[in-house]
Amino acid sequence: MSWYHPSDVGFATRTKLADLGHGARLFVRLLALFGAAFRRFGLVRDQVHFLGNYSLAIITVSGLFVGFVLGLQGYYTLQRYGSSEALGLLVALSLVRELGPVVTALLFAGRAGTSLTAEIGLMKAGEQLSAMEMMAVDPVRRILAPRFWAGVITMPLLAAVFSAVGVIGGWAVGVVMIGIDPGAFWSQMQGGVDVWRDVGNGVVKSVVFGFTVTFIALLQGFEAQPTPEGVSRATTRTVVVASLSVLGLDFILTAMMFSI
Amino acid sequence: MEQTHTDHFVELRDLTFGYGERVILDGVNLTVPRGKVTALMGASGGGKTTVLRLIGGQYRAQRGQVLFDGADVGAMDQAALYAARRRMGMLFQFGALFTDLSVFDNVAFPLREHTELPEALIRDIVLMKLNAVGLRGARDLMPAQVSGGMARRVALARAIALDPDLVMYDEPFAGLDPISLGTAASLIRQLNDAMGLTSIVVSHDLEETFRIADKVIVLANGKIAAQGTPQEVRHSTDPLVHQFVHALADGPVQFHYPGASVEQDFGAGLGARR
Repeated sequence: MSWYHPSDVGFATRTKLADLGHGARLFVRLLALFGAAFRRFGLVRDQVHFLGNYSLAIITVSGLFVGFVLGLQGYYTLQRYGSSEALGLLVALSLVRELGPVVTALLFAGRAGTSLTAEIGLMKAGEQLSAMEMMAVDPVRRILAPRFWAGVITMPLLAAVFSAVGVIGGWAVGVVMIGIDPGAFWSQMQGGVDVWRDVGNGVVKSVVFGFTVTFIALLQGFEAQPTPEGVSRATTRTVVVASLSVLGLDFILTAMMFSI
Repeated sequence: MEQTHTDHFVELRDLTFGYGERVILDGVNLTVPRGKVTALMGASGGGKTTVLRLIGGQYRAQRGQVLFDGADVGAMDQAALYAARRRMGMLFQFGALFTDLSVFDNVAFPLREHTELPEALIRDIVLMKLNAVGLRGARDLMPAQVSGGMARRVALARAIALDPDLVMYDEPFAGLDPISLGTAASLIRQLNDAMGLTSIVVSHDLEETFRIADKVIVLANGKIAAQGTPQEVRHSTDPLVHQFVHALADGPVQFHYPGASVEQDFGAGLGARR
């Protein structure tokens, strides 16, 4: 068992605080660059295309399977109470309020977040960001800001795709396989899902997750040690930090919006 | 801001820079004459690249001044610094090309970022710059498809895209084959004279550097060991400069990494064995 000298603890605390400060400053700068990013919308559009397209396959497939499982598990529970025709409502609410935003954010962190971190980290390691600075071009404005806002735009869109595909998955299992009445399946869903309370809840979550995951990915890349080990460590950290932040924030957001 | 038009395009005055406890540059004074090729030499880790970063304003010195055409780089705000950087071109050690852009787009990048020129004019400028480094035909290649020497020439074309006044080369000869090396050296000299540039070349390739430089500055242990014409530096009597210029393995810069003496490591062992 090893003991830490108080000065080590102090140094570690100070380093952590400085890191937090750097992160907070970058976050504020990215928010302030909203206007600048959208004035050159081409750069944002390219990133939306890149991030969205590359995540679409994994989002669709995952959404379908999550829908299948929700159909099976939901039916198992509901039929005990003789209310299996409420399956449509259960599947839709689970997806729109909870699983859509959260699972999309986790997958987005793994797919798009890591590629953002690796891209920025490698640009840093290859002195590309330095070269850009020496060309009097601000890398935060030119490279980070378009990616950041693209991530914020992409996340709710992907979450919507996830939820929609998930509902189809639930329908396939519940109606096609098990044989629940399709009229009951859809009308329960239609009657029970509120646009503002339920869909709005999910949209708020996925926008917040968009900010969180994209920012963490960019920060990890930007602050990575400019070496191959540094970039690989940063990529791992992106997944860990972003996933934990999403799950933690999800609880907080749900608790806050539950009473509204 | 005071703009003195001197013969020194870049000047470091009593400059001290370090990371934490470690001092990289210790009270350095040096001048870079306008319109000339100045070589910055010295052992690896001697602070040569740091000097370039200080001139470019990427690092701030703890003490002293960096004057770029009479203006203090360390005292500039972001806008002034970016204005100054538009007059500088920097060639990074491995080119630092943007890997997601083609050769053409790499060279066009600073033009597109800083000017509102029509695309047809940008095309002409880019092809002229690429022609100057002999790579007009390579415009459509991606950075991954060109050799190390070619990548550096593309980076050079990019560095001179905005017609800078000062071009800084960070180890332009490292890892080049003899043909590319000779080409690169001649190119630096030609561009300097043809475009009326001021060039700073960080290098430890003695032959090529001495061939093209007007002035040589040797940095050692954070201080200036010698500065003057290549001839003067070659015949310097300073033991450190002598060791460097003649590539001797041992001298003031020791061959052995500091540690226990030979007697301590081997002599004591003999005693114990008895």
